[in-house]
Amino acid sequence: MDLSYTPEEEEFRARLRAWLAKALPDLPPKPPATDWPARRAYDLGWQGRLHDAGYADVHWDASPTVRLIFLEETERAGAPYVGANFVGLLHAGPTIAAEGTAAQRARWLPPILRGEEVWCQGFSEPGAGSDLAALRTRARRDGDDYVVSGAKIWTSHAEVADWCELLVRTDPEAPRHRGISWLAMPMDALGVTVRPLRTLAGSTEFAEVFLDEVRVPVANRVGAEHDGWRVTMVTLSFERGTAFVGEVVACLRVLGELAREARANGRWDDPALRRRLGLLHAEFRALWRLTQWNVSEAQAGGGVPGVGGSVFKLRYSHARQELYDTAADVLGAASLDLGRGWTADRLSSLSYTIAAGTSQIQRNIVAERILGLPKGR
Amino acid sequence: MRFQLTEDQRALRAGTRELLARRFGPEALRAAVEEPRLDRGLWRELGAAGFFALRLPEADGGVGLGLPEAVLVFEEAGRALLPGPLVATHLAAGQVQGADTGETVVAAVDGSLVEWLAEADTVRGDATGAEPLHSVDPLTPLHAVRPSPAAPEAPAAALLAAPEDPAAAPLTAPEDPVAALLTAAEQLGTAGRVGELAVRHARAREQFGQPIGAFQAVKHLCADMLARTEIARVAVYAAAVTGDPLDIAGARLLADEAAVRGARDCLQVHGGMGFTWECDVHLHLKRAWVRAQRGVPATVRARELADALLADSVVQGSGLR
Repeated sequence: MDLSYTPEEEEFRARLRAWLAKALPDLPPKPPATDWPARRAYDLGWQGRLHDAGYADVHWDASPTVRLIFLEETERAGAPYVGANFVGLLHAGPTIAAEGTAAQRARWLPPILRGEEVWCQGFSEPGAGSDLAALRTRARRDGDDYVVSGAKIWTSHAEVADWCELLVRTDPEAPRHRGISWLAMPMDALGVTVRPLRTLAGSTEFAEVFLDEVRVPVANRVGAEHDGWRVTMVTLSFERGTAFVGEVVACLRVLGELAREARANGRWDDPALRRRLGLLHAEFRALWRLTQWNVSEAQAGGGVPGVGGSVFKLRYSHARQELYDTAADVLGAASLDLGRGWTADRLSSLSYTIAAGTSQIQRNIVAERILGLPKGR
Repeated sequence: MRFQLTEDQRALRAGTRELLARRFGPEALRAAVEEPRLDRGLWRELGAAGFFALRLPEADGGVGLGLPEAVLVFEEAGRALLPGPLVATHLAAGQVQGADTGETVVAAVDGSLVEWLAEADTVRGDATGAEPLHSVDPLTPLHAVRPSPAAPEAPAAALLAAPEDPAAAPLTAPEDPVAALLTAAEQLGTAGRVGELAVRHARAREQFGQPIGAFQAVKHLCADMLARTEIARVAVYAAAVTGDPLDIAGARLLADEAAVRGARDCLQVHGGMGFTWECDVHLHLKRAWVRAQRGVPATVRARELADALLADSVVQGSGLR
């Protein structure tokens, strides 16, 4: 067991730090959350700068440890998040890289890396959430095209995306995992309607996407026909390990800020509150160690972390909610003021035990796949 | 960064598990429960295997390994419910004659308690006037001592006083951090073991025509046990690598929770059987309770961790590597 980094890794860290210190002061001001075209331009612009500096493909080609260092350092320096580049860099891109043809890789990967095209994800449907394989969006073959009809939901950045990684049912007769295909759908195709979905935080982070007889070339299918479920699993497994590096670093910083705020406003004298902050400190330190453990496991095996991913998701999503509930205790009445950043963060934290597999589904996965308990009837 | 067990560490863990299964299996455990005597033969065998001399330099007749290895060995001891003043004797190796080889059994005063006082050859700390308690754990005889007027007063006062600038002068607990860590490792062993017992029972026990483990309510109890164990595991292992008192404080909190909460949930999964003397679950729970009393209270550890949040390194995001 070794928590130290190699000289090469330390050198990567030092070089990245130096570059961030130079690059970040020149950054344009962050656009308002409601201005989607400006956010797109801002996020793509940042990716373009990463590309020019040689960091564009760190998510793809670097070792898990280097990826961890990249995410850790960019978060510490206050660099922009992946934002609109998220699906391209972390879902669709890796899928195309792993499963696409040479022509598909040449068409779609460079614009993702250079920060020129935005991707969104069309997986979930109104009737297929935790049970993704229940998806019903239908793709019928018609010559060199698929004709796609259906509805997708929880699609981030749909308003400004160029492409959508779309899961469709190509064989309704087959067992449900075997009749699905993975398509790259241009978002400006005829028959695509995007309707923003307002969250309880008031933001429009997500959208519903309605598909009415949309023609998608068969050449846009990645992987074999009806093999989309397996292709998708490649995508879903890609994020495990390093997905929350930046967030854990950020949460530890927030904890420090909470302690200072509590000391300034007098609530620090409440032993129950201090105890809560101490327990959260222990939890987030351990979550950082679990990240290091999972990344080391991925690095050693070259594969997907085993126990770690689901355990991390379960503990982290709960801890994040507990963090912002504690922030509300620190703030007192000010916790009702949406002008305080922690109040908005408290609202968005409510999605953590739901998004990307609810905590209940995660527990089922842990119990059935890791502990070997029988599936319920 | 290779935060995974090395081949040697895996081998050490497997070897320890094998030794304990052979020398302290289910029958030996039940026999010990009926007559809680320290098995001197087993103690010497542990000594010969390097259990106590593990961290002593090879030049001094030790094994020359470090805290990470000690933690793995104590985790196994915890799993097996191995009785005796293991932590006290391990810490005495190299300081008390014969402790390293298992010839001398060493007990230690910890706050107002001493474990295994009557069976020990040597006691560290002042056990004058110690009175036997009727211990809740049938496998851990306990004595109560009045805190001596001289020693613990000063650290206790230092703990209760509000620190002037906690960032500049982090609180250190009046306990040996290594003792706290080794206890955390034992608790981790318990957490892992009770999780396995719960899963085994949930797969075998049938009600309403199916294994109770097919019910989500039972599944989720088991999943949470695993999650608590694994988060405690990385905290304990990392603390063993860094030796940082804050890492140890956090690891101990998580390991105590994983062991005590896990044993409770294991008992719940076992239903009525879990409430019987015959079922081993209560032994794990009671031992976890005994260990949770060692060292400073959990509230003190949590406060130490809270105070550390005021350090500049935390808000600058450079607190952890």
